[in-house]
Amino acid sequence: MADMKVYFDNNATTPLHPEVKKEMIAAMEMFGNPSSMHSYGREARANVEDARRKVAGFIGADEREIIFVGSGSEANNTVLSLFVCGTSQCIAGSKMRSTIITTKIEHPCVLETSECLAHRGVRVKYLDVDRYGKIDLDQLAGMLGDDVGLVSVMMANNEIGTLQDIDAISRMVHESGALMHTDAVQAIGKVPVDVRELGVDFLTISAHKIYGPKGVGALFVKKGIPYCPLIRGGHQELGRRAGTENTLGILGLGRAVEMRTLEMPEEEERLLHLKQTLRRGIEERIDDIYFNGHPTDSLASTLNVSFTGVEGEAILLYLDLEGIAVSTGSACASGSLDPSHVLLATGVDAELAHGSIRFSMGRESSMQEVEYVLDVLPPIIQRIRNMSTAYIKGGLHAASR
Amino acid sequence: MLQAGEWAYSETLKEHFMNPKNILQGENTDDFDGVGMEGNLQCGDQMMVVIKVDKEHDVITDCQWKTYGCASAIASTSVLSEMVKGRTLDAAFHISPKEVALELGGLPDHKIHCSVLGDKALRAAINNYYTRNGQEDKVKQEQVKVICQCMSITDHDIEDAVLEGARTYFELQERTKCGTVCGQCKDESEALLEKYKHIHFGA
Repeated sequence: MADMKVYFDNNATTPLHPEVKKEMIAAMEMFGNPSSMHSYGREARANVEDARRKVAGFIGADEREIIFVGSGSEANNTVLSLFVCGTSQCIAGSKMRSTIITTKIEHPCVLETSECLAHRGVRVKYLDVDRYGKIDLDQLAGMLGDDVGLVSVMMANNEIGTLQDIDAISRMVHESGALMHTDAVQAIGKVPVDVRELGVDFLTISAHKIYGPKGVGALFVKKGIPYCPLIRGGHQELGRRAGTENTLGILGLGRAVEMRTLEMPEEEERLLHLKQTLRRGIEERIDDIYFNGHPTDSLASTLNVSFTGVEGEAILLYLDLEGIAVSTGSACASGSLDPSHVLLATGVDAELAHGSIRFSMGRESSMQEVEYVLDVLPPIIQRIRNMSTAYIKGGLHAASR
Repeated sequence: MLQAGEWAYSETLKEHFMNPKNILQGENTDDFDGVGMEGNLQCGDQMMVVIKVDKEHDVITDCQWKTYGCASAIASTSVLSEMVKGRTLDAAFHISPKEVALELGGLPDHKIHCSVLGDKALRAAINNYYTRNGQEDKVKQEQVKVICQCMSITDHDIEDAVLEGARTYFELQERTKCGTVCGQCKDESEALLEKYKHIHFGA
């Protein structure tokens, strides 16, 4: 077994930042209900509101525009579900605009919610992406119309890292009279996010992707935008999300964004250098590979690569035996029969989608780790290819060897 | 606090994945008496099995393979290649995916379909041997029966759907579209669904 441990799966989740951990441990005995008027409650309330200020400040929002929720998935479900109120009592005029536009590369929590809404009478249109994962603004222009109520486009893709031009999309969406949501779970804390500059009406944040705790996220809802809670029955979060606040989690999220403010500016260049080294190293040492995602308009931390003739779960597990944690777009690792919907949407063929590996680095990633991966990966690919049917006489890739 | 759990797979499977046995070295299959290949890269699984046969006794003396696929696919071909050595062609022909899974110490349900290609490739290799040696009469074609005439769905399609996770008639229809037009095959499809669930999952 390997001595070296390399965690290159930061898009899946991240370890707690030591400062976040410290603050959460110190607050562990805070148990009051923020809704209580006594001192216990006021202590909890003070900390929840402090975190709200920090999160709002981090994205250029007003505190009253931040709703704490249980996860990024919950935030996305909330936004999409705004538009299916059967009676249209909550959001005046929404019945007139019952079409939602989203993309084919969204997180499943958006895609599956969209499918569910389609069963409930909402019309859903899906934007295609090009080979780099970018949506086509002309196609969007063609889809927009007075029937469209909401457009939801993720800011950065979790699998391939491609960034979308949210500000340009927002302008088009608003000109057509629709509302704009972006799932910024992968973008936040990695690239600057300012809700006013982006011009969005809704924006989704999750804590555990930015070295905060799991089970907490935030939803930005622009002031004056019609809203209807997904979880009803309480006055918490100004009646916008019922349920006693996850005080410790919220406090952790507040500290996490504070640390991002401090560390983010220098980090991007460092990560970009690591990614370029990893990319070049893979290119030099392994043949028959394809990089997925946009070459420049992409997260500095994320590198997605496909290996011909090799199945991704096998790569993942051989890397795991060497202490390296990554993820794959292969169907086998997901429990479904189809490989990554994101890669397929970019036009990658099924075999290459099955053979894709995502490296996602983070604040703790080092050049030493990149070099270790570059040492370990080529023999693993070689080994799997040696037992692959793709390289036998008459096999699909035999000619290339 | 608990430590990292074991893999989703058994120790035997892990061992066969870490140290696969009898991988065919190089590209050449000319030295073998029978060659069989199943699956394709687009679906994420492809397996090739090659055998050497003691022609006097119809016994498999060597079995090697190549596999494109996940850990379950690699390990199941590896374990299969060990299982067939010394068996007669007839006995080897009847090895079922369930036996392979058992030999591996069990497979998670959603991984069963990764292991079925190995024995299919083995049967193809055995048939290939018969054909090459002028024993076409022994070639056993897998019987295919069309169950749903409207959508042209065979018993094999239903078996595949079960291996891929279909457990109810509704799920079977979702996957195969069988019985979605006239519906006359419902009883027969349901009976096959139960049969394959029983064969592969003991349910």
